[in-house]
Amino acid sequence: METIQKKAEEGITSELALVQAAKKGDLEAFSELVRRYDRNVFRIAQHITHNEEDAQDVVQDAFLKAYQNLEQFQGNSKFYTWLVRIAVNEALMRLRKRRNDRTVSLDEDVETEDGSIPREVADWAPNPEQNYGTSELGDILKKTIQGLSPGFRTVFVLRDVEGMSTEETAEMLGLSVPAVKSRLLRARLQLRERLAKYFKSQKGGDGQR
Amino acid sequence: MKCTEFLKELTDYLDGKISDNLRIELDEHLHWCHECHVVMNTTQKTIEIYRDNKLYELPEDLRNRLHQAIMNKCRDSKSGKKSTH
Ligand SMILES: [Zn+2]
Repeated sequence: METIQKKAEEGITSELALVQAAKKGDLEAFSELVRRYDRNVFRIAQHITHNEEDAQDVVQDAFLKAYQNLEQFQGNSKFYTWLVRIAVNEALMRLRKRRNDRTVSLDEDVETEDGSIPREVADWAPNPEQNYGTSELGDILKKTIQGLSPGFRTVFVLRDVEGMSTEETAEMLGLSVPAVKSRLLRARLQLRERLAKYFKSQKGGDGQR
Repeated sequence: MKCTEFLKELTDYLDGKISDNLRIELDEHLHWCHECHVVMNTTQKTIEIYRDNKLYELPEDLRNRLHQAIMNKCRDSKSGKKSTH
């Protein structure tokens, strides 16, 4: 069987061409798809599960499921969108198992008003992240985003960290566009509120507090 | 415009997805409302900090191990399918 791999220059083979080759049984083409997206899938899985072991399992299971169900991929959306949707479902399943709570979902906490109205309105120091070492900053950012409910942090990660559009995020999560937008606003405001503790301007000077 | 109305549009405002007319209204609110100005700036900063400090990078050796495991599973699942037919 002729593979597209040989014809195309390295790295520029289109996603669709790789998917089509993989559908025909070209394992090399699928391997290339794994390499293209494994870092993103891992990051998303870590953010949802908070557990490295689970995140590793999610990466493996998501790609395996994608491979086994490649026939069902219609090409209406991007392969990556479809893949992330599988990965998010796997990650939520592991989170449910880990918490022993079947109700864990993307809808958790959407009714709460927590963080919707800003309480903390003190300004931050200029470049406040520079007051922390790299690993200390990483710990702060992890701890802070982990405090958000799964639906909020997943929307934030896809939209603001991974740079997906609102429409793509909605498709990846099986949510409506307005639902993504309202979760995104709440997630951004909650993170802001929680980060203020670390990044608030220390030099009040004129008697702040 | 009230602060709550401003807040409702904050996400679209930050994403630059907003009509010119609404933008003018929001800018005017920001001009005199210090609190919304701070909320807007610090929310922008929050997004930037998370975007620029990507958490959970996949270490290269783990990445290779996962890749190997995935490809083995895919290969097995394919040969498994064939033998059952
Ligand atoms: Zn205001």
